[in-house]
Amino acid sequence: MMTGNDPVQMTHRRLQRFSPLERFSRWLVLLVVVAAIVVSTRHVEIIPEFLYDAPTQILDLLNRLWPPDLSYYQQGVHEALVETLHIASLGTILALILALPVALCSATNITTNPLLHAFAKLVLVSSRSVNSLVWALLFVAIFGPGTLAGVLAIAFRSVGFVGKLLGEALEEVHMGSVEALKATGAPATSVLLKGYWPQVMPALWSIVLFRWDINVRESAVLGLVGAGGIGVALNNALNTFYWDKVATVLLSIFAVVIVAELVVTQIRKRII
Amino acid sequence: MSETGSGPTEPENLRGKRPADNFVGEETALKIRGLFKEYRPGVAVLKGLDLDVDCRGVTAIIGPSGTGKSTLLRCINRLVEPTSGEIIFEGEDITKLSRAGLRRARRKIGMVFQEYNLVERLSVIENLLCGRLGYISPLKAWFRKFPSQDIDHAFELLDKVGLGDLAYQRADNLSGGQRQRVGIARALMQAPHILLADEPTSSLDPKTSVEIMELMARLAGDLDIPVIVNIHDVALGSRFAQRIIGMSEGNIVYDGLPSGLTDTHLKEIYGGEDWLQ
Repeated sequence: MMTGNDPVQMTHRRLQRFSPLERFSRWLVLLVVVAAIVVSTRHVEIIPEFLYDAPTQILDLLNRLWPPDLSYYQQGVHEALVETLHIASLGTILALILALPVALCSATNITTNPLLHAFAKLVLVSSRSVNSLVWALLFVAIFGPGTLAGVLAIAFRSVGFVGKLLGEALEEVHMGSVEALKATGAPATSVLLKGYWPQVMPALWSIVLFRWDINVRESAVLGLVGAGGIGVALNNALNTFYWDKVATVLLSIFAVVIVAELVVTQIRKRII
Repeated sequence: MSETGSGPTEPENLRGKRPADNFVGEETALKIRGLFKEYRPGVAVLKGLDLDVDCRGVTAIIGPSGTGKSTLLRCINRLVEPTSGEIIFEGEDITKLSRAGLRRARRKIGMVFQEYNLVERLSVIENLLCGRLGYISPLKAWFRKFPSQDIDHAFELLDKVGLGDLAYQRADNLSGGQRQRVGIARALMQAPHILLADEPTSSLDPKTSVEIMELMARLAGDLDIPVIVNIHDVALGSRFAQRIIGMSEGNIVYDGLPSGLTDTHLKEIYGGEDWLQ
């Protein structure tokens, strides 16, 4: 035992969170992040003049937006707003129907066939990797402008979302219950209906409501590419520089989104 | 779907008709030969078991955890696929059955689980009726169109296990002991010809454990069907079983009466001796 040193200290073990290699790689990650920020800010070339007069521009815009032309609501907004809600709802229902088989195929505890599994994953990923505006552009090209293109765009974008989350919910069910039903000699479909379905039902409603909430917001902009809804009204007002009408449209969208949010929160509270 | 409404003979089967009567002169319900199971190649969990189980009475399998008791039980209804060997149940080799054949065989094999394995969000009575899923089509199951005699039988069984007034409670509202009663009733709803119980009392307190074992032994006795129960509580097993099977490292090392079980046997089954008093 060394003199002068606390004898208790000698026996202490060191608490080590990371090994030296881990510590080195953490520093490396930090370095890469900083480098990425530096490189990208240099690359985008922000024009300083545009940045300096931004406050003036904002004030100018607000002046033109205010006061909103509320009379425009009855003329051009109301119809389009209702249409937007219909696009969101129909799109969500269609997405749910499409997502059910895909989710079943993507859940590893239900589908063991690797081919089906890979196919389901492909569907889910491709649905999510394309923005709903891009889907809308595609469907406008196929079906022409209008609500049908909007509904399909919303549905195709939502399949990936609903399918992925439902698939994950299916994978998280208590497998003991499923095993017990299998042990009674129940056919696979009955096991799905009585073993899996009661367990994922709350999650499913929650997912679908959440997606509907998102879709109300997404369908509001679909009109910008001609896929129906309030976005058309917004686009028209923007193109004709009627900023007071733009303000009315924006306010209506804002109100609807808030109401949708409140409704969804209430319903979710009730079912779960 | 083909076995939708298995004919008019079914309700009769529900009431304690002796399965043994169908096999006059045959006193063995289950015959296991050379049962071998490895989850990973080269690591055998069951090392060629031979076992005959009579048409009635409780058989308790004791042994330390990880010795293959649960695997043995699950191989019988192929919740776990055996690697090799034969499992002859009512004249059929279960290991060779097709999927449809396996489902038909499973209807005759009731199973009770350690964690009850109820469908938590369904009511108690619906959990019982799940025991009939092997007999009705998925479409009928979906719309809850169970035959009325099944429903009568479910309520009757619920009374028998002492939960008559909890029929419409959700399963997740029940205590452990109550859940296991539902688990037993669900297995009996199948009108099984044999009952398998995998550690049915391990999650329960000592008093409830005794009640559950008592209930299971009594109901199986009423139906005159054999019970195979995995149990790590030697005293509890000895109290209710007419036959004890001791397993160690994938082999049967004791097979006989509970009274014949000595400390030497227990030492062989569980290893060590400090725990013996």
